[in-house]
Amino acid sequence: MSLAELPPTEILGPEDVARAIKRIAHEIIERNDDLSRVVIVGMQTGGTWIAEQLCACIENISGGISLVLGAVDISMYRDDFSIRPVVLSAPTNIPVDLTERKVVLVDDVLFTGRTVRAALEALNDHGRPRAVQLAVMVDRGHRELPIRPDYVGKNIPTHPSDEVSVGPNGVFVTAKEVLA
Amino acid sequence: MKHLLSTQDLSLDEIVALLETADHMAEINSRAVAKVPALRGRTVASVFFEDSTRTRLSFESAAKRLSADTMTFSASTSSVNKGESLRDTIETLSAMGVDAFVVRHKSSGVPLAITQWTNASVINAGDGWHQHPTQALLDAYTITRSFGEKESMNGRSVAIVGDIKHSRVARSNIDLFTRLGAQVVLVAPPTLLPDDVDSLGVSTCSSIDDVVGSVDVLYMLRMQRERMDSELIPSLGEYSARFALTSQRAQQLSTHSLLMHPGPMNRGVEMVVDPSELPGSRILQQVANGISVRMAVLFTILGGGATATLQQGADS
Repeated sequence: MSLAELPPTEILGPEDVARAIKRIAHEIIERNDDLSRVVIVGMQTGGTWIAEQLCACIENISGGISLVLGAVDISMYRDDFSIRPVVLSAPTNIPVDLTERKVVLVDDVLFTGRTVRAALEALNDHGRPRAVQLAVMVDRGHRELPIRPDYVGKNIPTHPSDEVSVGPNGVFVTAKEVLA
Repeated sequence: MKHLLSTQDLSLDEIVALLETADHMAEINSRAVAKVPALRGRTVASVFFEDSTRTRLSFESAAKRLSADTMTFSASTSSVNKGESLRDTIETLSAMGVDAFVVRHKSSGVPLAITQWTNASVINAGDGWHQHPTQALLDAYTITRSFGEKESMNGRSVAIVGDIKHSRVARSNIDLFTRLGAQVVLVAPPTLLPDDVDSLGVSTCSSIDDVVGSVDVLYMLRMQRERMDSELIPSLGEYSARFALTSQRAQQLSTHSLLMHPGPMNRGVEMVVDPSELPGSRILQQVANGISVRMAVLFTILGGGATATLQQGADS
């Protein structure tokens, strides 16, 4: 059995991605009364640029409220060291104690939920948040843990072997066709 | 990476990667809760056949901050006193389930020998006059992070002062520093220079006064008192006169220069000045960095960093 790669399919274009971020920013404002207590935390490395844009967008819309922006690296919290090589991404940077804060965790793709589980554990080492909400650009299904997103850019039904890539220039799915 | 026996086993890329991993560990160490679950379920045994304060405790802290289990073995309180051999000792501990041995021994090559008797990883924590690789890594980490250039020591001059010949710290540091691009000058009486000094890619000098005003890093070694007995130096007083760091000499250090010492210090012998009064002193920083660097070594070896090549699942 061999795998042949098909060319990637564009699901969202650059404008769609920008619009989704703007919409999620509005939803975050709607769901959180006291924005000054909200901390936006991007997951290294795929979620950080989305977190930065969300943060800028919320500050823009709300008119001058400044949010705390952080980043979390979950490589030390993975549950699968034995089955895959560990790649350290950029370090964690949580500038405030998260106790009694509302945290919006931001990632590019939600898949099995294991990365989010690890991130929740990582956040716990920085205090006990009032609540943690999850924002993702793409929910591609196939959850292996009881985790659901609060804000979604786009739901995309996928095959488990598909590859999903997310960037400011769009969302692409690469299907891997199984040949006999 | 399966073992860490010598700095010479490490490629330049591996060295830079270890120092970068240590940055991650330093971030963890700066947290209110300095502990991550990365090595849960792994066991690290420190096996010390020679006395040690900082290296043993540093490795144990490093293992604990990564949530590994630790076992400690000191030869002085063990069945070695009943005549148990080194090999039997290692095989016994291996049978208890050890993932990594951290080994110190007075004889060069013991860590290498141990790799033949166990499937566990072996980390050299100092063997004879041979190597002390984690000390060199933490020193390189301290120097590169102090000067802000993370991937090399290009153009930096480092003077290593003291008993170079019998020093595993010097041997490891010379290798690592020169490969990172530093110019190393050894400052010692000719009797305390290694026999192979010409092949090390370093220069030499016989008085600390010739270098103290011009180097970027002044690295003092412990003068081992037992060397006196072997008549390699005439007297400690005479040694101090030419090679000790006094407050007059310390004043000649340039403002950006670093003062380093691997410890333990012999106050009044090589250090006739209180380093806590010198702004360039990084001696306690070295100790703190030691934990981060050893965490990086343990994580790289036991976290599957370079070795786990089994199945690759999809992301997230």
